Amino acid sequence: MVDSMTRSDRDGAEPADFTFDAESEDKIAAILEKYPSGRQASAVLPLLDLAQRQMKRQSGSAWVPRAAMDAIATRLQMPPIRVYEVATFYFMFNTKPVGKWHLQVCTTTPCWLRGSDAVVDTCKRVTGIRQFGETSADGLFTMTEVECLGACVNAPILQVNDDFYEDMDAATTEKLLEALRQNAPPPPGSMSGRQASAPAGGPITLTALEFPESATPSGGE
Amino acid sequence: MAKVTVDGIEVEVPNGASVLQAAELAGKEIPRFCYHDRLSVAGNCRMCLVEVEKSPKPVASCAFPVADGMVVKTDSPMVRQARRSVMEFLLINHPLDCPICDQGGECDLQDQSMGYGMDSSRYRESKRAVKDKNLGPLVKTVMTRCIQCTRCVRFAAEIAGVPELGATARGESMEIGTYVERALSSELSGNLIDICPVGALTSKPYAFVARPWELKKIDGIDVFDAVGCNIRIDTRGPEVLRILPRLNEDVNEEWLGDKSRFSVDGLKRRRLDRPWVRKDGKLVEASWQEAFQAVADQIKGRDGARLGAIVGDLCDAESMLALKDLMTALGSANLDCRQDGARLEAGRRDFYLFNTTIAGIEDADAILIIGSNPRREAPVLNARIRKRWLAGGIPIAALGVPADLTYPVQWIGQSPKALTDLRRGTEGFAQAMREAKRPMIIVGQGALRRADGADVLAAAWALAVACGAMSPDWHGFNVLQLAAARVAALDLGFLPGAGGKDVATMLAGGVDVLWLLGADEVDAAAIDPKTFVVYQGHHGDRGAARADVVLPGAAYTEKDGTYVNTEGRVQRSEFAVFPPGDAREDWRILRAFAETLGHRLPYDDLLSLRERMASIAPVFGRVGDLPRRGAVDLTPPAGDPEAVTDAPFQPAVVNYYQTDPISRASATMAACSATYYPALAEAAE
Amino acid sequence: MLSDRDRIFTNLYGMHDWRLAGARARGDWDNTAALLARGRDAIVEEIKASGLRGRGGAGFPTGMKWSFMPKQSDGRPCYLVVNADESEPGTCKDRDIIRHDPHKLIEGCLIASFAMGAHAAYIYIRGEFYNEARHLQAAIDEAYEAGLIGRNACGSGWDFDLYLHRGAGAYICGEETALLESLEGKKGMPRLKPPFPAAVGLYGCPTTVNNVESIAVTPTILRRGAAWFSALGRPKNTGTKVFCISGHVNTPCNVEEELGIPLRELIERYAGGVRGGWDNLLAIIPGGSSVPVLPKEICDTVLMDFDSLREVRSGLGTAAVIVMDKSTDIIKAIARLSHFYKHESCGQCTPCREGTGWMMRVMDRLVEGRAEVEEIDILDQVTRQVEGHTICALGDAAAWPIQGLIRHFRPEIESRIAAFKSRGLQMAAE
Repeated sequence: MVDSMTRSDRDGAEPADFTFDAESEDKIAAILEKYPSGRQASAVLPLLDLAQRQMKRQSGSAWVPRAAMDAIATRLQMPPIRVYEVATFYFMFNTKPVGKWHLQVCTTTPCWLRGSDAVVDTCKRVTGIRQFGETSADGLFTMTEVECLGACVNAPILQVNDDFYEDMDAATTEKLLEALRQNAPPPPGSMSGRQASAPAGGPITLTALEFPESATPSGGE
Repeated sequence: MAKVTVDGIEVEVPNGASVLQAAELAGKEIPRFCYHDRLSVAGNCRMCLVEVEKSPKPVASCAFPVADGMVVKTDSPMVRQARRSVMEFLLINHPLDCPICDQGGECDLQDQSMGYGMDSSRYRESKRAVKDKNLGPLVKTVMTRCIQCTRCVRFAAEIAGVPELGATARGESMEIGTYVERALSSELSGNLIDICPVGALTSKPYAFVARPWELKKIDGIDVFDAVGCNIRIDTRGPEVLRILPRLNEDVNEEWLGDKSRFSVDGLKRRRLDRPWVRKDGKLVEASWQEAFQAVADQIKGRDGARLGAIVGDLCDAESMLALKDLMTALGSANLDCRQDGARLEAGRRDFYLFNTTIAGIEDADAILIIGSNPRREAPVLNARIRKRWLAGGIPIAALGVPADLTYPVQWIGQSPKALTDLRRGTEGFAQAMREAKRPMIIVGQGALRRADGADVLAAAWALAVACGAMSPDWHGFNVLQLAAARVAALDLGFLPGAGGKDVATMLAGGVDVLWLLGADEVDAAAIDPKTFVVYQGHHGDRGAARADVVLPGAAYTEKDGTYVNTEGRVQRSEFAVFPPGDAREDWRILRAFAETLGHRLPYDDLLSLRERMASIAPVFGRVGDLPRRGAVDLTPPAGDPEAVTDAPFQPAVVNYYQTDPISRASATMAACSATYYPALAEAAE
Repeated sequence: MLSDRDRIFTNLYGMHDWRLAGARARGDWDNTAALLARGRDAIVEEIKASGLRGRGGAGFPTGMKWSFMPKQSDGRPCYLVVNADESEPGTCKDRDIIRHDPHKLIEGCLIASFAMGAHAAYIYIRGEFYNEARHLQAAIDEAYEAGLIGRNACGSGWDFDLYLHRGAGAYICGEETALLESLEGKKGMPRLKPPFPAAVGLYGCPTTVNNVESIAVTPTILRRGAAWFSALGRPKNTGTKVFCISGHVNTPCNVEEELGIPLRELIERYAGGVRGGWDNLLAIIPGGSSVPVLPKEICDTVLMDFDSLREVRSGLGTAAVIVMDKSTDIIKAIARLSHFYKHESCGQCTPCREGTGWMMRVMDRLVEGRAEVEEIDILDQVTRQVEGHTICALGDAAAWPIQGLIRHFRPEIESRIAAFKSRGLQMAAE
């Protein structure tokens, strides 16, 4: 009599249960240490993120099923509804499955001024996706419209999973998508070869400084 | 204290008070939707904006603290403009379906729109539609009407203690619900309907039944537990259409349990609307005269010692006294009110009352609950315990079957044996009790309905004395009664008199004629087959099924009645509608029957009956208020604290929704039972 | 022009090593213990004297904000929380600081925390900055390892823990109290004020929330002195600032310059000028999406600082300069911002929850011209019904771009409506 279905339930996607795996568990302990005792609810965003990453590892799709929210509620001693509220409030948690490559196109004004429409159109053309929120027929791509990603001087931005691809246009978008299809994502950053947020053609400030340069140059991990 | 000027009126309010409170003190009404004085402050609806001098923007008066010398304007052009703006925003996505909305006529949004609404909408876009949610059999949702004030979310989390409601998603997509869609697991869910300021949450059973202006409103007292919640009985013509809580800060504040609110349909089903007499093994319709004659034939000439009477849980004091007077006149001392066999000790009132008082719970600083699940036995009283816990996180422990009481409880044992350890200080919680300045012990009926019940009572009393719960200005010993009639019956002495028989003896053939006044909780099957049973009451339930003569009486909404709640508070319920058919007010039935036997009961009207009540038990002379008691006489009850056994406590209430003839007749309560206790429902089938 | 010697963020473009060794080579962590040894009050006074105003948008004096923290603990701990939830459209300066100069931020956290008696600080970084967060975490780990933070940080005797906390996609968490709610594991819904965070902040404890850039400049201010910093820029608008120049310029970029630099000079010197030349300029949003747009004639002369931009009824905000040339559909550009605010409204206050959707829908119709001329006034009124009526400033931020549009581009909107009507008439006639 009582309907206990969420939307993803009805789509048949909800797994019956969710357990953090060893890799997640390792991280949970470190996460919980960041917060004072009794304040473990602070870990709800990190744990939802962990759950989404674990789903990506296990199922190829980065999303947070309800069972994971329940597991987090139990772990953090929170009422489940408080976890549901959080999971649906923050835009980065996918409450439905997404494709292997989550194309997050910024179309906010700074990106739009620099041609995000072309990025969107190219994504649609290449993947066959008709509108935002859809997953391509081959299950490889989901395209989501996102708001300002905070890299506006390198607009337009196309975020793929965790990585920002910057200074995009139709041609680089197409090239990027083909590379993703080949499972060979290029290194993130400017697709036009700029040095970070410096003007195209090279920095015109910070050029007069010399430092006793240490071993590793920029970019390295 | 801070001096605040509101619209030119100077008031003094405590520091930390809100501007809204100051305005109210100045007699200025501030419109509000999200603000509710028993809930945390959300400050989100923005309807209560006022102007504060030196503040460039209007401030939310519900959330803004006063400061000394503050000058507040509640009716300036800025304020009116702000409220008109908020009202416009609230209405752009509101369906304005007042004509088909059950909230119509008692809707805050509708009322405020009269003051601050425009005559037409400037919003030319499509309105938002929101999917309705399933919150169970009691609360109907029309979520498109929701104005996201979050009162319901806060009520569920704070008052009811079931944090199951939330606001998911964000912005204009924000929706109130449970996300997983399930019935709210609260015995207080009906209060959501009252606190929802719009028609988003309305009563499911009452949907489309009536308009508020069609209703006559009568003040009543609830009888579904022993809390004595103050209620408003809404009637139209001969029907009770709904029951709502009525404000009483000392008893129920403004809350009411779901059974008390939603059993109302049970008042119309399985009613006894004419007398019945058993002929050749079958009950057949009869006239009052025939029924009286059939009973009189059995009683006349019979030894009073072979007559007995048991009163039920829903009885008013008046009819119980009339029955007692009748039995006394007939020479019988076989009286009892303890259908459940509880080992209550009636020697002194403080042995059977909730002495701390319900409001007194808020002063307690440690609580021990013995053999009780107050959430099921008295949900509104339980909310008061939760309120106390919320205010200060006091230690609470319990003995009995572990359950979620909506606040943290240490379950320190299943049997009364732990009482001994507590008294000796060997149980850990003993220290918390001793350190407390005002500890409270609550003894439930589950602790008394057992062979060693009197000993448990004595052990609890001894513990109360030992841990300092008893002092001239604090009485921390409490019995939580379950039956609305019980305390009045004990006050009136509806107990076996000298040489009188108790319930068990009467059932087991101890009497030849047994008069059951609304007594449906005795084991009817255990009544000796030879016993002639008279059932006087309002529902065709267990008692009537066993009866040889049925005398149709009045339900609690159908008579002027006096009830004494578990605290010992005497309260009066008013007549709201006539009982159905030939049914009559109970004390009048008894008085009329006495007359057929040639005994005149010494009262002709309610007033003289009540005078007699007060002469027997002076407590009946003081209606409504209840002075706080201290513990003066520490003489213990008769039981032996050392004699308690280790038999585990049994729950006194298994199914909250079906505990008495009215709720058992209610289709709504049956639906609740099926939803909330599916295992019980299956077992019953 | 600011000389490179006076630039604080010397690795803004990531041309050098961002790690500890590189940071040290650029002067970070240079005898930090000596800075702390000056004492709490001296540090706060130095920051006050520098005139540093918060770099997150509101421009509140940083030193004064620090001085609101309790001088004596009542038993509760104090917290510094760094707002790295950089999400204001047009703004991408903190990202560069975090990924290329993380040690400036970490050292700033130590100094600021010490100055306000906090033994712990949280950096709340927006969730999308995943790779940036990895840099920052690596830098924090390095700092711990080197004894720069942690127990007896830098040998100063001060214990200091620094934690990184990632958000998960909510612009509103850039509002300081929403950020605190989020950090506590709740929805990012701004809190009612009072009480302010300095009294009741994170976990109910005294808390100061500062922007990344505000914190990251403090070590350099202390090293070079308040006098140096306050000599840069203009009175009450002192120091340097990282500007983000995006949109229709030839070479969009981030650049650190003095506050008070003329807008035109900023664009022409560093961003290669407006696409098609200065005369091809239509309008500029000078401080991130929340501040009102400026038409060209104001841009010709306006200076880029808090007070100058306020005088022209706009604001410095985050100093994110969004340039639009004459090819821009200005109505659509602002309408897209209305989508942004509708998407990012937390939904708690009625005017914002309902008003952002209303404004967005009217703006969408104005893009097409599918509206009546009187609706422009209704829209303007709606923005004013939202503005100032909500718990936080998101409502204001949603209102201002539209007010700026109507103020400066009303004829454009009217002609769009007229064009739509005449198309309708034409179609009817055909």
